[in-house]
Amino acid sequence: MDTSTTYNYKVVRQFAVMTVIWGIVGMSVGVLIASQLAWPAMNFEIPYLTFSRLRPLHTNAVIFAFGGCALFATSYYVVQRTCHTRLFGGPLAAFTFWGWQLVIVLAAITLPLGLTSTKEYAELEWPIDILITIVWVSYAIVFFGTIFKRKTSHIYVANWFFGAFILTIAMLHIVNNMEVPVTLWKSYSAYSGAKDAMIQWWYGHNAVGFFLTAGFLGMMYYFVPKQAGRPVYSYRLSIVHFWALISTYIWAGPHHLHYTALPNWTSSLGMVFSLILLAPSWGGMINGIMTLSGAWDKLRTDPILRFLIVSLSFYGMSTFEGPMMAIKTVNALSHYTDWTVGHVHSGALGWVAMVSIGSLYALLPKLFGREGMYSTRLIELHFWMATLGTVLYIASMWISGVMQGLMWRAVNADGTLTYSFIESVEASHPFYVVRMLGGLIFLAGMLIMAYNVYRTIRGSKTAEVDTSIPAVAAH
Amino acid sequence: MSNFWSIWIIFLTALNVYFCYWLVRWTVKPRTGEAATGDVTGHSWDGLEEFNNPLPKWWLNMYYATLIFTVGYLILYPGMGKFPGLLGWTKENQHAREMIAADEKYGPIFAQFADQPVEELVKNEEAVKLGRTLFSTYCTVCHGSDARGARGFPNLTDNDWLYGGEPDTIKATLTNGRSGIMPAHEPIIGAEGVEQVANYVVTLSGREPEDAAAAEKGKEIFGTVCAACHMPDGTGMHALGAPNLTDDTWLYGGDLRTIRETITNGRNGVMPAQQQFLGDDKIHLLTTYVYSLSHGE
Repeated sequence: MDTSTTYNYKVVRQFAVMTVIWGIVGMSVGVLIASQLAWPAMNFEIPYLTFSRLRPLHTNAVIFAFGGCALFATSYYVVQRTCHTRLFGGPLAAFTFWGWQLVIVLAAITLPLGLTSTKEYAELEWPIDILITIVWVSYAIVFFGTIFKRKTSHIYVANWFFGAFILTIAMLHIVNNMEVPVTLWKSYSAYSGAKDAMIQWWYGHNAVGFFLTAGFLGMMYYFVPKQAGRPVYSYRLSIVHFWALISTYIWAGPHHLHYTALPNWTSSLGMVFSLILLAPSWGGMINGIMTLSGAWDKLRTDPILRFLIVSLSFYGMSTFEGPMMAIKTVNALSHYTDWTVGHVHSGALGWVAMVSIGSLYALLPKLFGREGMYSTRLIELHFWMATLGTVLYIASMWISGVMQGLMWRAVNADGTLTYSFIESVEASHPFYVVRMLGGLIFLAGMLIMAYNVYRTIRGSKTAEVDTSIPAVAAH
Repeated sequence: MSNFWSIWIIFLTALNVYFCYWLVRWTVKPRTGEAATGDVTGHSWDGLEEFNNPLPKWWLNMYYATLIFTVGYLILYPGMGKFPGLLGWTKENQHAREMIAADEKYGPIFAQFADQPVEELVKNEEAVKLGRTLFSTYCTVCHGSDARGARGFPNLTDNDWLYGGEPDTIKATLTNGRSGIMPAHEPIIGAEGVEQVANYVVTLSGREPEDAAAAEKGKEIFGTVCAACHMPDGTGMHALGAPNLTDDTWLYGGDLRTIRETITNGRNGVMPAQQQFLGDDKIHLLTTYVYSLSHGE
């Protein structure tokens, strides 16, 4: 095949399929540890299956394996098609695929063994950190190389977001993982005390901001207008919300450390910039949802579009909730409770997973030369299961979280605590069961997706795979 | 914080907030030759286009509101480097204020029992109940909600005391804390010596040693090394908090293996001092409650 006139779909196909597989793996671990919180015996007294070791495996698997593969797949697809050029760097794209899979496999081995650098969402030890850096720099070369040799005059908005995500994650990963190796599998952070905590949450929050927000907004900016068959609602809005989002997100980390050893000024700046973030975040939601104006009827018939639009609603909800939780007085109630867990999952399940699922359903038939997915009714079923699972999950965690916060601060007439800690744990139990059920339903939806994907790929070709690059440059 | 960093923080913060404002002003400005409102911009990527729609008004107002709030907040509260904010608020003084308010409100409830001796107060149901709620707030983490302790944390209900069970002693324990140090003895008496003493200690509580000959030798070492604190008959000494080894009540465990471990590596038990944290009145009530556990009905 002449590579100068065709897009590289192979690497996109690989990442797309692995997204589904890692999604199932990561969410299965999530359901297991959710059941451990309800029934501790579910760790079977096996050290490798304890909550402490599987929790980082769950977060790494869903964020970096599932979310990461989804971002690789869609960014590689989008950047080629909107730049009218093949991926830059020849075999480098294939290297990023195999390198990233190796990172994931190493994570799945080392975390259950208890090897961890203990930084949340950055638990992997230093040899794996170095491998991530190499893969990520290669990713940046492939992506920005493609942008540089593009044949379109302007850079499409989705690529701004993908670009910001790739650059910032590189910076965050390298700075936060500065560590002193002691042995092959043990290292200590280069920072100490409150400074270490601050750098950790500068990383932690921007992993949310740039990995889970900017990256997936890039996905949204391609697949929503594509699926709706409508132009993006507002070019102006995309400019404001992009620049305001990336410039203010980077300040927001300290809201994870309110009322700790962090200096007062740092806390305040984290809070106010989190509040400023509300409007820029909603800019993305408005631009996505309003793109549908004039085509609302498609929501009735197209479950893929429904996935995308509902994901934007959850995105809007989480990005309203986030700034509110960043306010010191609200945070004093919500911090350390399940409310935080609920908030994260309204973003992770409602936004990240659903926008990825919708995009994959739109993308996969094009990659494999099919008219559409094997079964639209199964997509429909998956949509309702994903929505129901998400709602059960976040509603149970909201109730449980607010209840915990109120129980912890309740005092008797003499000023002593009304409840001991264990009483709040006991009271949370029913909600842990509901949360586990919500997760289970969401996971079951993913299994239906896997079946649908399998049947689509196994089925016979019904359309041509359109990998040809347009000869005439667009303006 | 040095002046340089303070100015740097103020500069960056102001710059970014201003940038957010300038960005909107710059974007809403109409430009010559641009597409009309509601029209596509004229660019196309893979068939995708963009409308040149204006920013929604309500959205813009919300955006401005957060910027105005930010400016106001940073004038009133700490945030701009070394500038403390006009209100002088810090989380530290917020905490201090809440503590003072709590002391004013709840202090009298605890103070009303301060001048009654523990021996009498123990008969006062209300005082014991108050002591119990204090206990479940502050003490249960180590001593358990039933006050029966855990490994390394003494049982407070069995009237077996390390430092003595008189009200004054209990109060002293609570007020100033205790450091229950058993030194590591392997460097002094050697591994063989440890084995012998451990076997002897087992016999002190009326049990058969694993190795009777060793226990016999251990008795000798005990007399010269251990008796200084645990007394020659092994009944311990309250002044030092040296446990009675004859009563088969164990803080860390009484099996040969644990005794061997205790003698070899020593132990470091810590009861933290509570005076600064709880104050005399609450300690008085806690003393009453702990005393009541072994001197009740």
